[in-house]
Parts: sequence; C-alpha cells; structure tokens
Amino acid sequence: MSTDTAVEPRGQVNDHQTPVISVRNLWKVFGPNAERVPGSAELAALSRRELRERARCTAAVREVSFDVAPGEVFVVMGLSGSGKSTLVRCLTRLIEPTAGEVVFEGEDILRADKKRLRELRRRKFSMVFQHFGLLPYRTVVDNVGYGLEIRGAGRAERIRRATEVIELVGLDGYEHSYPDQLSGGMQQRVGLARALAGDPDVLFFDEPFSALDPLIRRDMQNEVIRLHRQVGKTMVFITHDLSEALKLGDRILLMRDGNVVQAGTGDELVGAPADDYVRDFVQDVPRADVLTLRWIMRPSRDTDQLDGPELGPGVIVRDAVRTVLAADRPVRVVENGELLGVVGHAEVLDIVAGNQVGA
Amino acid sequence: MATTTMTGSSTRTTPRRRITKPLAVVGLLALWLVAWTLLRGQDMLELPRATLTDLHHWLNDVNDSVGASRNSSPIFLYFFNEIRAVMDALVTFVQGLIAQPAYARPVPVLGWLGVVALVSYASWAFANWRVALLAAGGFILFGLQGLWQESMDTLALTLVAVFVSLLFGIPLGILAGVSDRFHRLITPVLDLMQTMPTFVYLAPLTLVFLIGPASATIATLIYAMPPAIRITAHGIRSVPAPPVEATDSFGATRRQRLTKALLPLSKRTIVLGVNQTIMAALAMVTVAALIDAPGLGKTVIKALQTTDVGTAFNAGVAIVVMAIVLDRVTTAASVRAEQGGGEPNPRIRRLLLAGFGLVAAVCSYLSYTYLWASEFPEGGQLGEYLSQGATTVTTWAQHNLADVTAAVKDGVTIALLNPLEALLAESPWWLMGAVIVILAALIGNLRAAAVAAVCVGLLVGTGLWNASMITLAMTLVATLLVVALGVVIGVWMGRSSRADRVIRPVLDAGQTMPAFVYLIPVVALFSVSRFSAIVAGVVYAAPVAIKIVADGVRAIPESTVEAATAAGSNTWQTITKVQLPMARQSLLLATNQGLIYVLSMVVIGGLVGAGALGYEVVAGFSQGQLYGKGLAAGVAIVVLGIMLDRIARAAAQRSDRAPSPNHT
Repeated sequence: MSTDTAVEPRGQVNDHQTPVISVRNLWKVFGPNAERVPGSAELAALSRRELRERARCTAAVREVSFDVAPGEVFVVMGLSGSGKSTLVRCLTRLIEPTAGEVVFEGEDILRADKKRLRELRRRKFSMVFQHFGLLPYRTVVDNVGYGLEIRGAGRAERIRRATEVIELVGLDGYEHSYPDQLSGGMQQRVGLARALAGDPDVLFFDEPFSALDPLIRRDMQNEVIRLHRQVGKTMVFITHDLSEALKLGDRILLMRDGNVVQAGTGDELVGAPADDYVRDFVQDVPRADVLTLRWIMRPSRDTDQLDGPELGPGVIVRDAVRTVLAADRPVRVVENGELLGVVGHAEVLDIVAGNQVGA
Repeated sequence: MATTTMTGSSTRTTPRRRITKPLAVVGLLALWLVAWTLLRGQDMLELPRATLTDLHHWLNDVNDSVGASRNSSPIFLYFFNEIRAVMDALVTFVQGLIAQPAYARPVPVLGWLGVVALVSYASWAFANWRVALLAAGGFILFGLQGLWQESMDTLALTLVAVFVSLLFGIPLGILAGVSDRFHRLITPVLDLMQTMPTFVYLAPLTLVFLIGPASATIATLIYAMPPAIRITAHGIRSVPAPPVEATDSFGATRRQRLTKALLPLSKRTIVLGVNQTIMAALAMVTVAALIDAPGLGKTVIKALQTTDVGTAFNAGVAIVVMAIVLDRVTTAASVRAEQGGGEPNPRIRRLLLAGFGLVAAVCSYLSYTYLWASEFPEGGQLGEYLSQGATTVTTWAQHNLADVTAAVKDGVTIALLNPLEALLAESPWWLMGAVIVILAALIGNLRAAAVAAVCVGLLVGTGLWNASMITLAMTLVATLLVVALGVVIGVWMGRSSRADRVIRPVLDAGQTMPAFVYLIPVVALFSVSRFSAIVAGVVYAAPVAIKIVADGVRAIPESTVEAATAAGSNTWQTITKVQLPMARQSLLLATNQGLIYVLSMVVIGGLVGAGALGYEVVAGFSQGQLYGKGLAAGVAIVVLGIMLDRIARAAAQRSDRAPSPNHT
C-alpha cells in the first residue's frame, strides 16, 4: 500500500481512528474495453504510454489506496494530467471508476445503486469546483440554496439556511446579486457557501482557487482554514500548488501519472522524499517553514550540557530559531517527559541556510 | 473552381502530381469539345413537353391507385388520412379564429381590431413596447393594403405549422441534446432534409395528403422542424460543463438536471430556434401556394402567372412586412429571455400587464361583436397605390432601362448560358455522363465518381436527361455568378469594417425574406425568361455565399495580413496571395452552399420562365396527366443536387489535404 512508503515517526497520524473514506486499489481507465486493464497483471504493469500504444487506453488513476480520517484536511496534489481531478470525481462517482473500492462509513460507494448514490450526494458529500459551476440566472441566495432545492427542501427553509451560510462565508449584503456581478473570489465564496449549505459530512474541493489571483487565493485559503476550525468538516482538497497543499493539508497524497508517489504529512514529504521526483518537487520549499524539530534533532552527546530550554518535537523550525540561537547550550527536544534529542545552533543554521535533510 | 484554387496554392508542393492533375482536366475538356463538335445533336434523349415515358405513366398510375385506395387502404384510413384530418382541423380552427368566416358567422371570430390588439399585447408582454408598436403598425398595414384576409390565412398556416413543429421539434431537440445515440441517429436525417432542395418534397406529399392546406402545412413543418430540433439540441449541448457537473454533485435526478440546469441555461438558444422555425415556416407557407395553400403566396403566384407585377408587388410587401414583424418580435423576445425585462418595478409591470390585457380583451370582444371592428374598413386605397406605383415603375424601367437590362441579359445569355447549355445538353448522353464521372474522379475522388455514375444513371432513368442538362447549365451559370459576387463583395466586407456594417444588415434582411419575394423585381426588370430564373437563384444564394466569404476573410489572423503588408505587398497582392488562399476553405464552402441554394430555387425559377426541370415540376402540380412527369422532375432535381454536392465536397476535401506537404 502506498502509505507504507512514508517513513516513521508519524506514518499515519490517525492510525487509531476509523477512516471516513477508505479507498482501496482504485482504477480509472479511459478507452475501449477499459475494464480488462486493472484485472490483467500484464496490462496493469505497463507504463501510461505503453498502455496507450498497446490497448489504446489511458489509465488516469492506477491502483490508488488511501484513508481519510474524520475531521482532517486531506490534500491530493499533482501536476496537471496526474489524475488528481479524476480521482476526486471517482470518489463521488461523478466519473465512474473502473475498479476498486471506495468505502464511506462502512459502505462501498461503488456498489450503491442510483438512488442510494443520489441520497449520498444530497446528504453526505458536496463539492466546490475550479470554475465555480454557479448558475448565472440565479441570485446568490438561490445558488446557495440550490443543493437544498435539489433534495426537495421548502423555499422558506432554503432561504433561512442559505442566509446563514452566506453570512458564514462573509457575503452578507450580496444575497440578491447575480454571479456575474461578483468578482472571482466572491463567486467562489458562493460556491463554498453552496457546498456548506447542505451540512455535508465531507467536502470535496477540486482546485477551487486555481482560477483566482494570488492575493485572493491567499485570502480564500485562510478562509478555508477558518471554516475548517469553525465547522470541523472532513475535507478532501485537490491542488497543483505545493505551498497550498502544505498550508492546508493535515496529510498530502502526491500523484504522478495516475500513481501515488508518496503519502504523508507535509514535513514527511519535505523531510523524507520517497524518490527523486518528490525530492525535485519539494526542492524549493522553505524548509524551515515546514520541518519540525523532530527532523533536525540529533542524539545528545556526552559533551552536551543538558540544562538548556525545552521544546516539543512538533515545533516548526522557524518558530524555534530564536529560542535555539538565544540559548548558549543545545535545546532539549522532549515528548511526554522523555528526551528525544537535542538541537543546537549548527542544526538550525543548516536548515535556515538551505542544506538538505533526509537526502 | 476547385481546380483553380488547387493550382493557385500548389506552387511549392511536389511538382509531378500537381501539374498532371490540372493538365488532365484541361485535356478532358479539350477531348470533350472535339467529341462534341463531331457528335453534336446525337443521343440527346430529348423529351417533348407533352410526351411521357413509361416511368411517368407508371407514376401517374401509382398516383391514381393511391387516389383510389385513399378510402380503402388501412395505411391511409388509419394513418395518413388521420394526420390529414388533424392538420385540416387545426388549420380550419385557426382560420376560423382570425381569417375565414366560421361557426355560422359571416366573419371570423376575431376581427382586425382584436387581432391587432392581441398581437401588440403579446409582443409587448414577451418582448418590448417598441416591437409591439412595429407589430401593430405592420398588421394595420395589411388591412390598408386590402390584404387582411390573405395575410391572416398566411398567418394561420404559419402558426399551425410552427405550433406542430415546436410541439415535436423541441422535445426531439432535447432528446438529441441529452442522448448521444439519438443525436447520431437524427443528424444525417436533418442533413438530408437541409441539403435537399426544399420545394421538391411538395410533389410526393401531395401524392399522400392531396393538394390543399393540410399538405401545405405538412410541407411547411418538414421544412421548419429541422432548425427547431437542431438549435435546441445545439443549445443543450453547448451548456457549459461546470454548472451541470455541480448539479450532478448535489445528487440531482435526470429530470432535475434537465429542468434546473440544462433548460434554463439553453433558454436563449432555444428561443432563437423558435425564431428560425417561424421564419422558415413563413417562407415555406408562401411557397406552398404551389400546392394550393391559401394566403399571400397564392396572390403572388397568380399575379406572376399573368405577369401582373403591381399586384405581386403589393402582396410581396405584405410578406416582407410580416417577415420583419415576426423576426423582430421573436428576436426581441429572445433578448428578453436572456437579460430579463429590466423593469425597475415588478409591481407596476404586473399592473400594466393586467391593464393592457383588459384593453386587449375589450378590443377582442368588440371585434367579435361589431362589424366595424371585424372587417377592415374599406377605403384604404394603399394597396392600389402600391400596385399602380409598382406597375408604373416597371413600365418605366422596361421602357427606359431596357437598353441596360437587355444588354446584361443578352450578355449573360449569349456569352455564358447558350454555349454552356449547348455543350451540356447537345452532347450525347453517354459522352456527357462519362465527362461528369471522369471529372468527379479527377477533382474529387473515386467515391465521388461512383456517386456521380449512379446519379447519371438515375437521371437517364427519369427520362428527363435533356431537361436535367439544361437545368444543370443554368445552375452552373448561376453558381458562377454567385461565387463571383461572393468573392468580390465578401472580400470587400472582410477587409472593410464599414462595408461590413452597411452590407450585412441588407444580407440578413435578404435571408429572412421568403424566397418568393425576389421574383417580383426580377420579373419586373427582366420579364419572364431563363435569365430571370438565373437572377432569382443568384439573389437567393448570394447572401449566404457573400457572408461565408466575408467571415472567412475576417477570420484570417491580423498578424498574417500585417506580415504581408510589412513585406511590402500592395492591396491586390495581399488579397490574391494571402487573403484568398487562406480563406480557401470558405470559398469552397461558399461554392457548395451557393450550388445548393441555387438548385433549391430551380422550381421557383420554373414559374418565371426557367423551363426544363422547374417547369416540369410546376406543370405537374397543375395538370393531372403530367403529375408523374413532375414527380420524376422533382427526383431529378434531388439527384442533381446530391451529385453536385458530393463532387464539390470531395474536391474540398482533396484541396484541404493538398497543402499538408508544406507543413510536415
């Protein structure tokens, strides 16, 4: 399984929790007779290009497995063509997967009939789209209430709930505007409100901020973080932007050509890249912003004076720099009263100056 | 035409193949000329007007036996006759409402005041007050022209045809929009309906549905339904994906997806389809006068048959006005469908709606009850003034412009038409057939040659080979003129925005006019002759060709033209070396469309002296013993159309592939 590639110390943050969504060996193959590809060991082993030449099929998602824990922000990241958007659509069967399992709260979604699937989409999931997908002839309040309308809610209830959510995303005052009267960022807030209105269990985001300006994008990312704290929904977030992934994601799944390259927390990706592709990918990340003391501490030596300041292993390096540099002896990294290691001037300066760790 | 384009653009490609092809065509033409001088006049397969072949007799017999079985055969009793009865009932019902005395009354249910009030009210409610004024003015004009009843007959038939077209067309269009399989199934059918010269299916229809309003309405809806289906399907298919996907993601059912996303998002396009359907229906209803449809078309035909230009002009004006009113009102309605009314206060609008509705209802009641509001008052002599004016202008033109018009007419007739007709029609049929097939192989491909061979065989089979060749000669001359106009005016419009702004509305107006109306000024200027028929075809086909060329020239990237200018090209060089070669696809398309449009005017041309196939079709409608021959002539027109279309398409494909060595 792909998550195995992640190294200790925190391979799966939520080992002890029951996952909300559990994906096993998921395939999506486009092309004639696509269903024979996952079953055939020979075809499944081919590279993307060989598969296209041999079987005229394109494998957008290949044997992907992962778990999403309740309440976490799970980011799927990859460049365009890596299969991430197809993957997220397979989870709610907006695109029909070719093979595999998607277990949601103990139920295999791929086996659900049309009615059950509609019910799940109406009550449990909702999605925010890259190009918003708003209906231009409806006002903001009618767009936000759209999902409720689809599931048959009455008009009064729709308006009440929509007004609530519009306030939540900071759009009050625009209830009766039309989408084309709003800026891109505000339109996506409408999309966000529409997704929240049905009070779903899981929110899917398909590159929601890629079409926005950098400044607006930052605002919207902060908005998502705020909303996540406020409503605590499980979120599956698709992006091609590494810094966005690191900023939002509790855990990140990196895809390439339909395969999982690595899955883990942000600091695992940066600290322990699974291969050269990941290493290349995370090369320009400011490491001090991502890595924690756990990644740079060294075992204490006999010569160390062990009465310096004490910090946890989860502290980000950037936040520890002042403490470490101000102390005249190494900082002790302590978890649950146990000494894990120490961090001195040399370790911190290595990271800030940009030297490699875990390479 | 295709050959010249090919040579023009092929200077840098492989020389061997490029040079032999045009040489082969020239060689073929030379051989043909030599053979023609030797064999001229042999095996022409001429058929005198009153003579019938076995096929024609057989078709007459079919007609008779169909007529005899009309009240016995189950397929008639339970199918065709039922359709005819429903159509008749619908038409009679609407006619009774607005056009003809009905329900034991000496006048229709609604008189002129009621109709004008209701039309204006509907125009205002669905569109805006400006088009409502236009509609009121237009309808009052019909009365002043003394053509109230004829106009209402035309309107009644149009309304019924549009109603039935939309009743079936929009659901079929929605189905074609959401189902790929149905879309694949129906597209070739619609293609066929649209490439087939439209006046041709009148004949087979009369075989089944008799002559009269029912046949006319069915012919009209065959013509008017394809745009409704096609545009609705297009509207649904071009709805952007994101909102639809979002709708799915909320768990919408198929029905919700349709009613909440697809239909609202394609509303404007569908209303545009309604507009196209109405215009097509109006055009066809006037032409359906050929099979005894009541209304303005009939007035025009009768007048044309007696060369009474004045009366024809008066009725023509009414047709044009009706076209303008219907077009503007539905266009304005589609704009409103997209943008909303823009009224500041919906409550005031509701009040106004109710108020004006009451006024319209009162007017309707008045026109139901009182004669003055029912029959349009006499004394409006406008129609007579228009007729007399037109007659005066015609007489003046015939006396004073005779030199000019005769020169043009004789020039084209003597220089182009006569030689070509002699060449085509006086060659032995086997020589002519062979030339067509070989030419198709040379400028098109083998498949086109095979189609051409089959078509030649069918034309001989109809017994109307000679007439077909005469029609072909006229069609080619007309197409040549259409393409010439298309290139000259199209390039001008493509290069100059100002020319485009001035000319395009004229072309648009020309395209919304029912084809019939063109005949009136043409007959006025050139009287009844083969040349008049050609001019009518050219006037009908030129707007399409010009627009296609203009759009093609306009679509050439600015930078390419700029580069040519920077390289020091003068205007002529820019046109001939950059713009025309790059717009080659458009030129070919314009040629193809020009051909089809010209050919679809052949039957109409038969009314104004075209002779040949067009005449046979028209004669077939009016004289029972010529029915079979007319039907065969209709088939021959379709066969000619298919043959020319396939050859032109194959040539276009070939020249499309020609420049590829340059790119690789």
